Amino acid sequence: MDNELTALGILFTEFYYWVTVVFMFLIHVGFCMYEVGATRQKNHMHTLMKNTMIIPLITVTFYFFGWWIYFAFPNGPWIIGDLIAAPWATANSELMGTHLGGPPVQGALTADDTAFWAHINGVFWAAFLLFSWTAASIVSGAVIERIRSSAFWFLAILIGSVFWVIDASWGWHPDGWMVQKLGYHDAYASGVIHAVAGGFALGILIPLGARIGKFDKDGNPRNIGPRNPWLVTVGLFLIYTGFWGFYAACNVPMIDIQDGEGILFSATNIYLGPTTLSAITLNFLMSLAGGMMAAYLVSKGDAFWTYSGGLAGIIGASAGNDLYHPIQSMFIAAFVVVIIYKMHFWVERRFKIDDAVGAVAVHGYAGFLGVVIAGFMLWGYPASPNPEYATINPLGNFIGAVIMFLVLGFIPGFFFASILKAFGMLRVPEAVEIVGLDVSETIAQEFEDAAMLQAEREAVMASYPSGAK
Amino acid sequence: MSTGNVESWTGNMAEIGAAYPFVGIETPLMIAGVVFWVWWHICQLRSENRELEEAVKKHGNAESLNKAIDASDPNKQ
Repeated sequence: MDNELTALGILFTEFYYWVTVVFMFLIHVGFCMYEVGATRQKNHMHTLMKNTMIIPLITVTFYFFGWWIYFAFPNGPWIIGDLIAAPWATANSELMGTHLGGPPVQGALTADDTAFWAHINGVFWAAFLLFSWTAASIVSGAVIERIRSSAFWFLAILIGSVFWVIDASWGWHPDGWMVQKLGYHDAYASGVIHAVAGGFALGILIPLGARIGKFDKDGNPRNIGPRNPWLVTVGLFLIYTGFWGFYAACNVPMIDIQDGEGILFSATNIYLGPTTLSAITLNFLMSLAGGMMAAYLVSKGDAFWTYSGGLAGIIGASAGNDLYHPIQSMFIAAFVVVIIYKMHFWVERRFKIDDAVGAVAVHGYAGFLGVVIAGFMLWGYPASPNPEYATINPLGNFIGAVIMFLVLGFIPGFFFASILKAFGMLRVPEAVEIVGLDVSETIAQEFEDAAMLQAEREAVMASYPSGAK
Repeated sequence: MSTGNVESWTGNMAEIGAAYPFVGIETPLMIAGVVFWVWWHICQLRSENRELEEAVKKHGNAESLNKAIDASDPNKQ
């Protein structure tokens, strides 16, 4: 902090990210409520704990290796260059602990590293961590009511602390190889969070299989709809709310963007390209509106799909919501929602995929389409302030969308879920699925209930010896 | 004397870097943390296997499963 303006900038940035993290926590609250609301009563506790334990497990693994991956992998590694040293982001770095920015103790760090990262590292880490929870939570909803908790948590760590972080390093880092060579642009993570998590979920759903009874003998799907519409409603509204924090966290709040003489402070996107909080607020709301309106019409007023359509609308416009006009955002969102709604039911019927909450459609297909559309809409715009890097173009964003959904999402999800299945570790036994995944809680409760009834009988016997059974 | 690099909050604060106790212990701490994380998964997996085996033993028969289905059937409650 060599002057007061720099100091103010760093402390403002520290506080800014801290606030976004608090907002983003609501996404996870929303996912928990939404999933439980979509689950049959016999599986409530299992569904809740499956999603709840994402919090600690992704947090520790993102601390141990996820954060380092983001800074170490922008070159691939070995796609356009080697691993990059990131001594501030390793689990044993002094900059992961309380640090006031003075001279470093560890030899790998420089005085510039400590001066810059001391106040930013933890809050920036936390903002990314909340994205990691979201990636895993997206997968969680799709696989409810039959996956083993242990299998889900292993897969959640892979998507939350490994694969999405790799894609962020490639396509959501100012110097990621996809940004440099493809001109990849995905400002609010249509691809880097949603397409990758949706693809990963689809990869798991194939070896996992459908819930018992989901399809009839002729292969027609049955609706195992939301069991508690109020929980679903509040859950999705909380996800919307947390999404505000998500959008804000995708920005860098204050940077001098002027090239050459003078100073011009602005917010930027993650690529350090200028945007404003004002613009992204307009676009966020207009894409939410476009998504909800289209979903209401296409689903004939179905509440579940109207709410989910709002989410899919935002996701579909997110890749370019740093630069779109609000009316463009609205129409893109509406278009994307119609497509993903149709695709969800087509895939369900054609391939017998049981995606319990439509996560693959709302996140995966919408994210994929959002990236592709941004490639056309922003064709020729700079992908980065660095003039050496490629400009945004349809082919680059299409290839990027395929990398997100297929290469880093679907293929790893399918591969690791298939291995778990081969060892009989992916799905609960059939008897447990029928009785309900809360079976251990049920057994314990039956025991407690029996003991309570016995105690009451004994009390009656003590008070009314002649009338007791 | 203190357990860390800080003994006073006076003087040139810009010279203070790592402020947590026992600076230099980061790598053993990291290893202990990773061991704790892996150990948790092993314990959880064993516990889950045990619970599922017990549940199948108790409910893996037609009578018990039909009872469970009836319990979920609103027409039979």
